[in-house]
Amino acid sequence: MSTTSSSTSQDQSRAFHARIDDALHNDQMRTNFRRALTGIMAHRAKQFPDDAQLQALRDQARAVRANSLVRQPELLEQLERKLTENGIQVHWAENPQQANSIIRGILQAAGAKTVVKGKSMVSEETELNHDLEQHGIEVIESDLGEYIIQLAEEPPSHIVAPAIHKNRRDVAELFKRFHPEIPYTEDINELTNSAREILRHRFATADAGISGVNFAVAETGTLCLVENEGNGRLSTTAPRIHIAITGIEKVVEKLADVPPLLEILTKSATGQPITTYFNMISRPRQPGELDGPEAVHLVLLDNGRSRIRVDAELLDTLRCIRCGACINHCPVYVQLGGHAYGTVYPGPIGLALEPQRIGLDKVGTLTSACTMCGACGEVCPVRIPLPKLINRLRAEAVDGHPGQAGLPGHGSLRKSTEATTWKLWRLLYSRPGLYRLFAASATRLRALTPSKLGGWTRYRSTPKPAPRSLRELAKKEGFGND
Amino acid sequence: MKKPDSVYYFATCLVDLMYPDAGLAGMELLRREGVRVLFPQDQTCCGQPAFNSGYRDDALAVARAQLACFERDIPVVVPSGSCGGMIRTHWPELFAGQPDEAKALAIAARTYELTEFLVDVLDIRLDDLGEPVRIAIHTSCSARREMGVADRIESLVGQLGNVEVLTQERKPECCGFGGTFAVKQADISGAMVKDKTDALRATGASVVISQDCGCLMNIGGAFEKQGNGPQTQHVAEFLWERTKR
Amino acid sequence: MTDARHNILERLRANRPATTPAPATYQKPLGWDREQRIASFVERMQAVRGEVHRIGDGDWMDWVNSELPSRGLRRVLVGRGDIGETVAGRHAAELDVRRYEEPIENWKDALFHDVDVAITGVRAGLAESGSLVLWPNPDEPRLMSLVPPAHVAVLSVDTLYENFAELVQAQNWAAGMPTNALLISGPSKTADIEQTLAYGIHGPKQLITLLVG
Repeated sequence: MSTTSSSTSQDQSRAFHARIDDALHNDQMRTNFRRALTGIMAHRAKQFPDDAQLQALRDQARAVRANSLVRQPELLEQLERKLTENGIQVHWAENPQQANSIIRGILQAAGAKTVVKGKSMVSEETELNHDLEQHGIEVIESDLGEYIIQLAEEPPSHIVAPAIHKNRRDVAELFKRFHPEIPYTEDINELTNSAREILRHRFATADAGISGVNFAVAETGTLCLVENEGNGRLSTTAPRIHIAITGIEKVVEKLADVPPLLEILTKSATGQPITTYFNMISRPRQPGELDGPEAVHLVLLDNGRSRIRVDAELLDTLRCIRCGACINHCPVYVQLGGHAYGTVYPGPIGLALEPQRIGLDKVGTLTSACTMCGACGEVCPVRIPLPKLINRLRAEAVDGHPGQAGLPGHGSLRKSTEATTWKLWRLLYSRPGLYRLFAASATRLRALTPSKLGGWTRYRSTPKPAPRSLRELAKKEGFGND
Repeated sequence: MKKPDSVYYFATCLVDLMYPDAGLAGMELLRREGVRVLFPQDQTCCGQPAFNSGYRDDALAVARAQLACFERDIPVVVPSGSCGGMIRTHWPELFAGQPDEAKALAIAARTYELTEFLVDVLDIRLDDLGEPVRIAIHTSCSARREMGVADRIESLVGQLGNVEVLTQERKPECCGFGGTFAVKQADISGAMVKDKTDALRATGASVVISQDCGCLMNIGGAFEKQGNGPQTQHVAEFLWERTKR
Repeated sequence: MTDARHNILERLRANRPATTPAPATYQKPLGWDREQRIASFVERMQAVRGEVHRIGDGDWMDWVNSELPSRGLRRVLVGRGDIGETVAGRHAAELDVRRYEEPIENWKDALFHDVDVAITGVRAGLAESGSLVLWPNPDEPRLMSLVPPAHVAVLSVDTLYENFAELVQAQNWAAGMPTNALLISGPSKTADIEQTLAYGIHGPKQLITLLVG
């Protein structure tokens, strides 16, 4: 067991570093990210001119989300009851395979051959598109960013702006390759217009629409979707079937919980006071109504969430409303972009969520990609203490007490060399006498400081101890011990 | 809080070995304000390096060894946002449920970052005796976000008539040190400090100051490796040199 | 999949996190009078390239009859409610008015390709965010405000609320939600290429509010 996990942990670390290396050498992509994120951060800042109001709104949003997690089983049952009363069919899936098979089953039973899809990160978790395509169902991503990366056969590099790593030339090249009938252009408005024309036909003819959910309201049985383009509305309105997929944590208790969440979500995510569309769906088409899907389904996916909820500290991860503000403000993400992480969710929320969802033995190395600078926690609209959670996961990953195993892959990144180094450090720094001896010799033998200190000296000069330590100087300058 | 007669000085391991002049300058500033500064000789490290690497047992053992050094009910002043933040924010976490939790909490509650203490408690007045200089300020992430005291350095420097402060692009962004991060993710850290030093150099400042010697070791080391760039100096040393008679 | 349901709920019930205080009901009263609400609505809507025309006590049909033909928006879709009646009864000769009165399946292609503009009523407006609030119904179905390239919305000043929180409470939405409720704040847009705003990606390219009263 231990040999397997240690070789896995070496593999994941090697693979992660290879992706990092690729990312850091891709100057064009880094420029794209730097420019995009600088803009998004400025837009967000403009939405919160009054810090006291922002903090009050964060408190409210946090309280709403925390409450919904405490009461989650009751709220999910209430949600199911209300949705069922409203005529929306509810399905439960413990893992991606179950979710995909439910969705596939619905589509096959209805004879659906083509699907238009709105943006859904949960469907990325389940790799739904791949599953459906393997079974002969055509899936068209209709969010412009998602459409672009679908053409490029790439995963999203950001949870809100999936094609953020592409510039206009990349998009123009993709359109040229896949739609040679359209005159080549690098003009963003013209590219947008082309996408409108290409996808319009798809909306008019698709058999089914698939979407995510931003909030699911238990009180009224309402699925809320936030978007700017209208592709979400089209996917959930034009075809005869609508299937929504979401994580079980997205449930909120009351309709009155929604306005503050909506406000802080759009302001935090893209720096908009509100998005163009806020779409609240409570029923399939009713008798007498002339449009809308005849059948609406909701698939509730667990995929590790109920396990995360067990831990009193880590459960805060589930408050996330997927705004991406932590990602936008992360000084590591801006250097790497999203693909280097190799997981569905990148950036700080990815560091916190993915090792819990997938296992520390599989992706625990991600937690090393953090300086603990705190920028993520500072902007999180629901006050998830991201640095604290990442730190906790680091501790779980190297913990040497097997009895405490709660997280998958607990202790799997513990290396004996590293553990020994810290033991030595501990010995030195917890014995004042020993430390004084060390300090005296380090300063007196400063000429012997090695000139190469691993990765540090690749980018910086070697730090050298001073000729005399402060404890010596303090004594000499008359600063007493007590 | 009213001005205390005495304070403890918690130098931090980095200042002790690498930046004693900065540490001493901080003590001189406090002493000039009429405060007796105690330097417990048994102090070593707050435990942060191990804590941020996940080795909490080792961090706890080292942090615990500090408790006896700071027992009297007087402020503990730390010339670092990062180590101050460790004590104030993370000691309560680290010591939770431990027999000596109360002691750790008490120390955490009376711990101050140096510039915070100079401004909030001592209300220090500074008289600039130095030559005109243009500087840039790098605020450490811990001082900014963990301790919430990033503006104190600005207000101290603001008292100096001959100092012009230039602002670098993306000032609140981390410089890329992050403890063992700089070793485990050396290349990301290198890319970050490259961006930071580029932004600082572009201001045209001749000196870069900060509350944290960790950031300065990173930024200053990178300037040195790159072969050009402003001088780096801890805020305490900068203030002391310009105001001592 | 009842097993999945059972297993998930069992796991959730087995571990109840410590109770947190229930969130207070969110309110954000701004104390705006009628003119302030109008000013904010207009400013916000225009900021996202929504057009707003104050009709005042005048006749919004005058605007429809004079503006739509000159903009080339001749093929007009209306519903079966009051707005639709008015347009159908009083439109200028250049306008070709079609009623939405059949299930979408019967004329989907025509809706997607042969309509220039839809005119609908609006349930309410939100001043702070510059939003139109729609509850589509059999008389004015969901796709009207979505598929045609232009959408003209007739909004009464008397239904301008300060914000969404106020509206949800004042109209007691929790007592019963419609099949579909919408907030619409401007024409369709995207910033998926280089974070650069481009309008009219999937929904209406033009959103025109006629502010009546």
